[in-house]
Amino acid sequence: MPKPNLLLGGLLVGLVVAAALLSWVWLPHDPNAMNFARQLEPPSHEHWLGTDNFGRDLFSRLLVGARMTMLVGFIAVGLAISVGCLLGVLAGYLGGLLDEVMMRLADVLFAFPAILMALLLAAIFAPGTATAMAAIGIATVPVFARLMRSSVLVVKEQDYLEAGRALGAHHGRLIARHILPNALSPIVVQASLSLAVAVLAEAALSFLGLGTPPRTPSWGNMLREAQGFMALSPYPALVPGLAIAITVLGWNLLGDGLRDRLDPRSG
Amino acid sequence: MITYLLRRLIFAALTMFLSAALVFSALLIIPGDPAEIILGLGASPQALAALRTQLGLEQPPLTRFGWWLAGMVRGDFGQSLNYHRPVGELILARLGVSLPLALAGMLLACLIALPIGIMAARRHGTWVDPAIIALAQLGAAIPSFWLALLLILLFSVTLGWLPAGGFVPWERSPLGYLHSLALPVLALALGQVALLTRMTRAALLEVLAQDYIRTARAKGLPGRQVVSKHALRNAMITIITSLGLSLGQVLVGAIVIEQVFSLPGLGRLALIAIGTRDFPLLQGLVLVYAGTIVLINFLVDASYSLLDPRIRYA
Repeated sequence: MPKPNLLLGGLLVGLVVAAALLSWVWLPHDPNAMNFARQLEPPSHEHWLGTDNFGRDLFSRLLVGARMTMLVGFIAVGLAISVGCLLGVLAGYLGGLLDEVMMRLADVLFAFPAILMALLLAAIFAPGTATAMAAIGIATVPVFARLMRSSVLVVKEQDYLEAGRALGAHHGRLIARHILPNALSPIVVQASLSLAVAVLAEAALSFLGLGTPPRTPSWGNMLREAQGFMALSPYPALVPGLAIAITVLGWNLLGDGLRDRLDPRSG
Repeated sequence: MITYLLRRLIFAALTMFLSAALVFSALLIIPGDPAEIILGLGASPQALAALRTQLGLEQPPLTRFGWWLAGMVRGDFGQSLNYHRPVGELILARLGVSLPLALAGMLLACLIALPIGIMAARRHGTWVDPAIIALAQLGAAIPSFWLALLLILLFSVTLGWLPAGGFVPWERSPLGYLHSLALPVLALALGQVALLTRMTRAALLEVLAQDYIRTARAKGLPGRQVVSKHALRNAMITIITSLGLSLGQVLVGAIVIEQVFSLPGLGRLALIAIGTRDFPLLQGLVLVYAGTIVLINFLVDASYSLLDPRIRYA
C-alpha cells in the first residue's frame, strides 16, 4: 500500500532542507543588498519572488530563512530529545521518589509554553536566535521525558527484560540493548511532530522580535517587516508565510506517515 | 471523588509554587547587577542604591523569595519600574483586552470545530471524512499570526470592512469595540480549529467503535441519538482534555495576535516589559500566564470527576 503522508511529508521537508543547503552555496542576490529604486516589486525575471520594502530580493531572503528555520528547529528539538530522553529513562527505570520529582518538574515545564519561556529567557539574556532555540528546546523537554518514561515503563514489565536481568546484565546494558531500541520509534515520530511545533514557535518569536534579529533574514522577522507594507505589495507578507506553512505541513505529514509505518497498531 | 479532587488540587498548588520559584530564580541568574542593568551604565551610585533597596537586593535570595511569594498570595505583585504603578493594577487593566479576546476566540473555535469533527466521525468511510482530515492537516500548518496578516489583507486592505489594528474600548463605542476585536478573534479561533476538529473526530471515532454503540444501534435508536446520547458523552472526556490544551494555546497565541493588531493586552505589556527591562512587571505577567495554564489543567482534571462515573463514585 502506498504511503501518501510519508511520501508527501518527506518531499516537502526535503525541499526545505535542499533550500537551506542551497543557501550556503548559491544565492541569486545578496539577501541584504538594498535597492531603493526597486522597492516592493512584484515577481519578475530578475527577482523571482519580488522585492521587499528595502528593495531586497525576497527569494534570496527566503533561502537564508530556510537555513535559520532548520537550524533553530534541529538544535532546539535535538536539545529536547537528549535532555528529555535521559530524564525519562532515569525516571522510568529507577522509579520511586526520583520519578515522582521529575514528573512534577515536567508539570511545571508544561505550564511554560515556548513563547512564555522565551519571554522569561529574553528578560534574563538578550533576545536572539540562541535564546529562542533554548526556549523552544526547554519547553519541548517534558514532551520527550514523558514519552520516554512511558516507553520504559512498558518495556520494564516485559519478560525479556526480566530474563536479561536474571542473566546478570547490568543496568547500562539493559537500557542500551533492550529499552532504548524499543522506545525509539515513538521518539522518531514525536521528533518530526515537535519539529513542526518548533518551526511555528521560531517564526512567532522572530515575528515578536524575540528571535532572530533583523540583520539575518528569518521567515518570522520577514513577516514582521512586511506587515507595514501590505497595502503596497502583498508578496513580502505572502512568501515567508507560505514557506512556514509548507515546512510545518511537511513535518506533520512526515510524523503521521512515520507513525503509520512504525506502529502497526495505529494503522 | 473528594480524594481525587484533593490530590489534583495539591498537585496544582505544588506546580504553581514551583513555577513561582522558577520565575523568581530567573531574576537571580541574570548575569551582573540587576540594578545596573535596569538603570544603565551612567546611573549614579545613589540611584543604584535606591533601586537595590526597592528591589530588596540586600536581602538574601531566600528571604526575598519568601516576601515576594507572600505578596503574590495577597495579590501584591510589586511595583513596575517603568510605569511606577503596582504590577497587579497594570495586569488587571490589560486583562480587559486579553481575556475577552481569548475566551471569544476559544468559543468561536469550538463552534466551528466541534460540529465539523462530529460530522467527520459520523461520515467515516465516505469521502467527507478524508476531505475534512486533509483540510485540518492544512489548517494546522498555517501559523495564526500569518492567518491574521491574510485576514488584514482581505478584510482591511482589500475590502476595507474592518480595521487593520488598534483598539476601541467598549465604553467609548460598543460597535467600535466589536469591530476592533473581530479580526483578532477570528485569527485566534481559526488557529485552533484544525487541532480541535482532529481531536473531536478521533475521540468520537474511538467511542463509536465500542460494543455499547452497536447495542444502541441494534435496539433501533436513530443515528443522531446514538451520537448525542451515547457517543458524545463518552467522547467528552477526551474532548475536554483537548479543549484545555487548546485554551492554553489560545492564551499564549494571543500574545502574538495582540502584537499583530496592536491591541493593548497582556502580551503587548510583556513585550514592553522586556524592552524596558521592567523585571517585576515581566515576572508578574509570566506568572499570571503560567498560573492560568496550571488552573486550566486543574479544571480539566476536575471535570473528569464530573464526567467519568468511575472517578465520581471512586
